[in-house]
Amino acid sequence: MADRPDTRSQAGSNKPALALHVPEPKYRPGDSVDYSDLDIGEAGGQPRPDEACDPKDMHELAFGLVRVLGEDNKAHGPWDPKLDPETLRAMLGHMALTRAFDERMFRGQRQGKTSFYMKCTGEEATSIASSMALAADDMVFPSYRQQGILIQRGYPLIEMINQIYSNKGDKLKGRQLPIMYSSRDHSFFSISGNLATQTPQAVGWAMASAIKGDSRIAATWVGEGSTAEGDFHSACTFAAVYNAPVILNVVNNQWAISSFSGFAGAERTTFAARALGYGLAGLRVDGNDALACYAAERWAANRARANAGPTLIEFFTYRAEGHSTSDDPTGYRSAQERTEWPLGDPVMRLKNHLIALGEWDEERQDEMDRKAAEKVRETTKQAEANGILGHGLHHPFRTMFEDVFEELPWHLKEQAEQAIKEREIKFPGGLKL
Amino acid sequence: MSEAMQKETAVDAPAERRLNMIEAINDALGIMLDRDPDVIVMGEDVGYFGGVFRATAGLQEKFGKTRVFDTPISECGIIGVAVGMGAYGLRPVPEIQFADYIYPGLDQLISEAARLRYRSAGEFIAPMTVRSPFGGGIFGGQTHSQSPEAIFAHVSGLKTVIPATPYDAKGLLISAIEDNDPVIFFEPKRIYNGPFSGYYDKPVEPWKKHKDSIVPEGHYRIPLGKARYVTEGDQLTILAYGTMVHVVESVCRTKGVEADVIDLRTLVPIDIETVENSVKKTGKCLIVHEATRTAGFGAELSALVTERCFYHLEAPVERVTGFDTPYPHSLEWAFFPGPVRIGEAIDKILSE
Ligand SMILES: Cc1ncc(C[n+]2csc(CCOP(=O)(O)OP(=O)(O)O)c2C)c(N)n1
Ligand SMILES: [Mg+2]
Repeated sequence: MADRPDTRSQAGSNKPALALHVPEPKYRPGDSVDYSDLDIGEAGGQPRPDEACDPKDMHELAFGLVRVLGEDNKAHGPWDPKLDPETLRAMLGHMALTRAFDERMFRGQRQGKTSFYMKCTGEEATSIASSMALAADDMVFPSYRQQGILIQRGYPLIEMINQIYSNKGDKLKGRQLPIMYSSRDHSFFSISGNLATQTPQAVGWAMASAIKGDSRIAATWVGEGSTAEGDFHSACTFAAVYNAPVILNVVNNQWAISSFSGFAGAERTTFAARALGYGLAGLRVDGNDALACYAAERWAANRARANAGPTLIEFFTYRAEGHSTSDDPTGYRSAQERTEWPLGDPVMRLKNHLIALGEWDEERQDEMDRKAAEKVRETTKQAEANGILGHGLHHPFRTMFEDVFEELPWHLKEQAEQAIKEREIKFPGGLKL
Repeated sequence: MSEAMQKETAVDAPAERRLNMIEAINDALGIMLDRDPDVIVMGEDVGYFGGVFRATAGLQEKFGKTRVFDTPISECGIIGVAVGMGAYGLRPVPEIQFADYIYPGLDQLISEAARLRYRSAGEFIAPMTVRSPFGGGIFGGQTHSQSPEAIFAHVSGLKTVIPATPYDAKGLLISAIEDNDPVIFFEPKRIYNGPFSGYYDKPVEPWKKHKDSIVPEGHYRIPLGKARYVTEGDQLTILAYGTMVHVVESVCRTKGVEADVIDLRTLVPIDIETVENSVKKTGKCLIVHEATRTAGFGAELSALVTERCFYHLEAPVERVTGFDTPYPHSLEWAFFPGPVRIGEAIDKILSE
């Protein structure tokens, strides 16, 4: 290929040869996992600065790990949010219900009731505890893995299942891939399949709230892998420039499908440390410690509400299951990672804390888990009466053309007629639409 | 390109080897990585794991981590670094996991890669091939189903290529990689594992039964800008590409219609000669694509046919397309331009 420069022109020279670094995770399938060199610090070991703190004065919080729950199942240090047992039990309840829901919906997909599902197993605290630290009308811009927020905000399970089954009860009219929920009533923004797009949108909402002198703030959640997208960096810049009342939550579950967090830069620094270059407050938090998640989110919410500035929070956690129903993680990571993960399981840790407080016991836990499973099973049955994917009980064909615009232009009217005519040909005398 | 490379390489002794489209693409990538040390394959999950559709399976192991690697989740970054690598003299083959996720990379693609040769008067080129699965029919919802080819066809300086069979996928991909201009290579994911009749409720036919799943070993090219006759017939001309080639072929077979079914294979530059000759012969032209209708590639085809074959036309040019909506999840098969929509259009055009 003579028309291109010779890429090997340096060959034979005695200048040092450059070498490309391509990140590689520590463990691959079959490897035994040893996390002993992972510095997770001490529960209670991190200082808690004032919410109006200058980001320059809280550097170490972007590199350490805010932890509250210790090995002894007790709450430690200045980040202990000192929640009452009632609140702790509610938190545990939302987490248990989310886990039961995930189990059931995953199985439903395997049984052919829908096309797709994504669990948040092991990451429940990052959405549920943090959401509890916000006001119910603070606006959230989540990714696809924060079903916990909807459950915590009391969105009816049946609406979630109708959406997952894409059936005639689905409020989103069967248009979206399963789990891409939306609920304006729950201040929960419509989920996009395009990664990180929600992050500048959250900043924009927060800017609007500030323009209008409102008191509500915005929060967004994004996976660590997705922080590589330009949208995330625009979000950080705008948040800093306008001192927007927003919280940028990065859920570092260490995997982005098959790519470990090193492909988003984690070999060099933390995700919380991204905050420093932008002049945002940065907190790095044990994402499997529900109390730490709550405390950090509340700190950031107080800061935003006081016009003291935006915060970037990294929740350090682990994606315990596959990326989605389309993924099999045994092909790219060691199964031992999950079992050896030193920060444990968020549900177990919160449960053990309540037991240590004398406010809970195994019997009540069993009862709660049983009720959660039963509630999910019952609701699933109700939802199935509205149909499952691909079995005919969907929204009428004409709804496919609605909401493209506020009003139907002539060409969509024509196309809607065509779709209905085709249905008549395919299913003569079928459902009247 | 040098003269030696312009010549079509003779197909190696054609062993009867049957591949599906993924395997054929994998084969092409392996051959090009082997032949040209400047070829680089990269993208989200393409390295160790071998891609979410397995198109790059085994390549990292074989060619090493500096030839085949994972990237950060940044399509803007992926295309941007491919421009830089091209400026150095490499020949990058980035994968965008789904065509629906290519948009963050559009500035690098449209403002940079596509115009680099022009604005530098040939000093710099962007010899990249951007591979990306596109199209619907897998219940992927609106972010795993789109057919955005018209957006790219509209950009001067980009070539747009869409294979419809394993045999073509390999030969076209090799040509695309060897081409010195940026090429968008859209892979119809619905037919990765088998051709598609358009009847989603019938079992999937594997590629093995299709004649074009015979994929010779070794290097061969299918030139860019050359269409392919799928069937020949005098009643009408049907222009299609990707998945729709198979749906159209199946509809014609079922209806007993004798058509020139033309698989365009390359949208830009289009094989205008083949299109023109066929339409002048049949006097009727139907255009079929899965993408939305308004300003879709069918509009360009319709204009070309009308401009060049007007006095030979015996009926207005017809288009069968997806509807002008986002790709719906539950009503995916109501959106898809299936046998009913195509059949109706054929009847209409033949009755003129
Ligand atoms: C713009 C864009 N590019 C690629 C994808 C495909 N994709 C979907 S999820 C995913 C991994 C995301 O990982 P991460 O951000 O860590 O979130 P997690 O799944 O771990 O919660 C990828 C690459 C996408 N949805 N959107
Ligand atoms: Mg992740």
